Amino acid sequence: MKYIDEFQDPALARRLLDDIHATVTRPWALMEVCGGQTHTIIRHGIDQLLPDQVELIHGPGCPVCVTPLEVIDKALEIASRPDVIFCSFGDMLRVPGTGRDLFQVRSEGGDVRVVYSPLDALRIAQENPQRQVVFFGIGFETTAPPNAMTVYQAKKLGIRNFSLLVSHVRVPPAIEAIMQSPSCRVQGFLAAGHVCSVMGMGEYPELAARHRVPIVVTGFEPLDILEGVRRAVRQLERGEHTVDNAYARAVRPEGNPAALAMLEDVFEVTDRAWRGIGVIPDSGWRLSPRYRDFDAEHRFSVTGINTVEPAECRSGEVLQGLLKPHECEAFGTLCTPRSPLGATMVSSEGACAAYYLYRRLDLGTVPAAPTTAPEASPVV
Amino acid sequence: MCLAVPGRVLDIGEKDGTRMATVDFGGVQKEVCLEYLPDLQVGEYAIVHVGFALQRLDEESARQTLELFEQLGMLQEEFGDPWEQAAAQAGADSPWPFADEPAVAAPQEEVQP
Repeated sequence: MKYIDEFQDPALARRLLDDIHATVTRPWALMEVCGGQTHTIIRHGIDQLLPDQVELIHGPGCPVCVTPLEVIDKALEIASRPDVIFCSFGDMLRVPGTGRDLFQVRSEGGDVRVVYSPLDALRIAQENPQRQVVFFGIGFETTAPPNAMTVYQAKKLGIRNFSLLVSHVRVPPAIEAIMQSPSCRVQGFLAAGHVCSVMGMGEYPELAARHRVPIVVTGFEPLDILEGVRRAVRQLERGEHTVDNAYARAVRPEGNPAALAMLEDVFEVTDRAWRGIGVIPDSGWRLSPRYRDFDAEHRFSVTGINTVEPAECRSGEVLQGLLKPHECEAFGTLCTPRSPLGATMVSSEGACAAYYLYRRLDLGTVPAAPTTAPEASPVV
Repeated sequence: MCLAVPGRVLDIGEKDGTRMATVDFGGVQKEVCLEYLPDLQVGEYAIVHVGFALQRLDEESARQTLELFEQLGMLQEEFGDPWEQAAAQAGADSPWPFADEPAVAAPQEEVQP
């Protein structure tokens, strides 16, 4: 238990772990949905502190990773136009499209700007009325309300040179798709706490009941993860499958009503392709007809996109929990954060990046930890 | 992407008809939209994601989280220079520094360890 001293409250971590060890009697496989949780787990060695019977399967909850290659290529195409200022969160800079990334577009003269908030992109549009300002609107239910508010503001203020390249995705349909896969081994879920801060917990009881899986809403700190695992294991050992909130300090059952109302106004549910996984029905949002004028895909007719995924990249299997990052032949050799084949090796929430940066396994395929400063991409 | 950082509201104002606040994150201050938490008051803590307050947080929880994030260098990741971080990731042959820096990010304050 070499990591235990690094916990904020080692005594509490020990108590939670002891409880899990005392409770578990047989093998269980839990999926942590959110990539932020994956990074916490690997960074702190939580998977190695747990009993051998408890396996954590890493889920697809990394919005950077699941943004389709076609959308990345559209972003690169739009960002290359001389009349465009392309604004994005920092963690999209090095996500590989077909042959290049936003970082390269910038170095080739494209006006690519990193913003902290989508409202910053709106301000840039106000300051540059002669240019088209496009914001790369990716993310799960946590990020969608800020982007929705920005489009709402653009319409309200009459800012016509602003548009959104939308690729928003939703967690519950992804859980449904994972459970329907013939190769699914998941017996319980740690649900993403900040998604539930916005959405509440209303979408989960039906999923839990139908698939007979416990779903525990879980936070992102090491102790949060341990508590989420503890509650999920207790339910599994008792044969229960309910929705439980282990992140009550930030999640209310009803979520954030103001944010939900804005989502309802600005977006509408649509099928969405997930990189490495394929199309999942009703798993995304697009701008509703009232705001379609602000859709960058409509404003810029991007044609002639020919997407090519690197054949060696197995991130799709990683995102579905079918493969651990270090089981990929390219891991740490052909594919590193410096030269990534897929988005899972770039993002601050990608499972491959987490294993590369933090894993200390005695496996031939796993490189020693980088001696330089961690190559973590900015978290947004 | 789903990282949300607890911050404390320092002051509240209005911009373009939108309720905005200056929020402190362990020494770094940012402009944050309060439209989704309209009754949040000065001195209170909230979880903030990409410049939007999404949910209230009690002070003790917020302090503990900020302390942990600071220890782990996550505040620097969140509020540091993304171009520099991307360049570091890209390696020595990256085109950093660019000749003309985007005048977007507000001056970054160092997060003291």
